[in-house]
This record gives sequence, C-alpha cells and structure tokens, in this order.
Amino acid sequence: MKPIFASLLLAFLALPQLALAQSALFQPIYEVLTHPRCLNCHTKTEFPRQGDERRRHDQLVMRGEDNHGVPTLHCSACHQDHNVADGAVPGAPHWGLAPLSMAWEELSPVELCQNLKNTSLNGNRSLDDLLHHMDEDALVLWGWEPGGDRTTPPLDHPEFISVLTAWVNAGGPCQ
Amino acid sequence: MYTLQVNGISHTVDVPGDKPLLWVLRENLKLTGSKYGCGQALCGACTVHLDGHPVRACVTPISAVGEQAVRTIEDIAYDAVGAKVQETWQNLNVPQCGYCQSGQIMAATALLTDNPTPTDRDIDEAMSGNICRCGTYPRIRRAIHKLANGGV
Ligand code: FES
Ligand code: FES
Repeated sequence: MKPIFASLLLAFLALPQLALAQSALFQPIYEVLTHPRCLNCHTKTEFPRQGDERRRHDQLVMRGEDNHGVPTLHCSACHQDHNVADGAVPGAPHWGLAPLSMAWEELSPVELCQNLKNTSLNGNRSLDDLLHHMDEDALVLWGWEPGGDRTTPPLDHPEFISVLTAWVNAGGPCQ
Repeated sequence: MYTLQVNGISHTVDVPGDKPLLWVLRENLKLTGSKYGCGQALCGACTVHLDGHPVRACVTPISAVGEQAVRTIEDIAYDAVGAKVQETWQNLNVPQCGYCQSGQIMAATALLTDNPTPTDRDIDEAMSGNICRCGTYPRIRRAIHKLANGGV
C-alpha cells in the first residue's frame, strides 16, 4: 500500500475512535454509574427497572409525576427507609426514581459524563456537590448495601469515592 | 412501646420496632380482615391505608407508622367511598374465595377517592400490585367502572 493511502486509511480508522475517546479518569465512574443498582432508577422510562437483568418493575409500577410513583401506588407503599423482609424488599431514605433529566440509560461514557456535569440537568450541582452527594446520600449508599443477594457496583464505595475525587480534582474531564 | 391510631382509635402496643404493621393489626389488635399472602409486598392482600394512601402492611415496620392514621378494611364502610365500593362489590359478586378482596377494596377505595373517574390505564396502574389468584380481575374492573359512572 502506498504511504499516502496507508496514512489516509489510518486517519479514517482513527476518527471514530477519537470521537469516542473518553477520559480514563471517568471510565471507572461510568462503570459504577451504569451498574444495575444505580441505573435501574436512573432510567429514561416511565417506570423503574429491577434485577441485574434490568427488567421492568413488577406490578406495573410507574414513575408518576414526582418520580415517586402514581398517587395510589407510591414507591413508599412497599419501600421503607431500609431493606425489609430479610432483604427481599429493598429500601433507603427518599426511595424513588431519579428525575428524567438524570436518566443515564443508553448514554455513552462521554455523554453520561457531560450530562452528569450539566447543571441544567443535574439538579444544579457543582462537581463538589456531586462528590458530596455520592459520598453521603443515603439512597446512593444503598447501592453498596442493597440487601438480599443483589450484586453491588464493580468498585467498593471508598474506591469509588477515591476515583471520583481524582476526577473532580482534575476538573471533571469527559474526553 | 408504640402508640398508633387505627380506625380512629388510639392503641398502645409493646412490640419490637421492626414488627410489621400487619402482624400488629392481626395479632395484637385482633383485626384480622387484612390478610397475609406473601410477606414481601408482592401480592397486596395486606393493603391498608396510611393517611389515605394504600401501603403494604406486611413490609411496613411499626416504627415507620408514627402519627399516620391507619385505616383497615374493618372501618372502610364508614368511609363514603369505601361504603359504595363494598356495596358495588356485593352487587356484582366480585369476590370468589375472597382472600385478596380486603386488599382489593382498600386499593380501589384509594383509587376512587383520588380519581373518581379512572381510565383503564389508571385502574391498571393503581391495582396491578393487588394479585387475585381466583382471577376476579374482570369483575373488579367492571365494579370500578360502574362506580366511576355512577359517580363516587
Ligand atoms: S402479604 Fe403484603 S403484599 Fe403480600
Ligand atoms: S378472590 Fe380469591 S384470591 Fe381473589
């Protein structure tokens, strides 16, 4: 192959990868945020999901206007502020779906990263606010103590916070 | 010790905080109209109202009830909507074995109180957590529509 062709081909092959290039600092965060314990309620659907297979929530549970179920079937009709029934029914304070603006389903790592930082989508949270939220919010922490035989995200919580801190300290790079 | 308001009456019970409301109702207060089906919020047989909202009493720890008013099937005839629901249930012969029906009536009463003219979709969303192993769903739906048309 002529050198000019080879370099053109290389450039062509590299382009899509460049477009997808993502921050190495964000990748481990992405892997945690897209774990079913997080994603099942950060859905873009009108209903929550459940299980590692991410099936639609049983009993036709719906998101409702305030992300906490329909008036006659609130999340809190079943979900308490802690896991109950020997872990069969998961629970944590303010159990409910994340607002649709915080839906993470089917986003690429770069898109998820950008949405996560976007204060018009993320509840007006700065990077420090995000760190604080993921460090201390009881519903976030539930992801690591989900009860029953539910799986937990790929990093444990202290590891997650340390990679999150590194990302925040670097200014929250997405690419 | 927990003091709770059940059907307008104050009761004090000496039970551990994680004892489910259903068992306080059934064992301590002898209100056995609310049924035990699964104990895991899967079937709805234990549905009661907390401040008018249907909840699954089998997974509600007594410590979570606090000041909220508990209403059970034993008292629902004293509610204007609840009385009509029970009457329509009787007229249409909704129950078969009856086991799920106190939960169904509590769920339907909450639905019709919140929304006097529910669509099929509203009915599905409000009632799908209440399972009937006898399959009385068509009669439940008919009864709710009848109540909606008759004006609740
Ligand atoms: S007994 Fe409570 S939902 Fe089945
Ligand atoms: S009437 Fe038998 S379970 Fe519903």
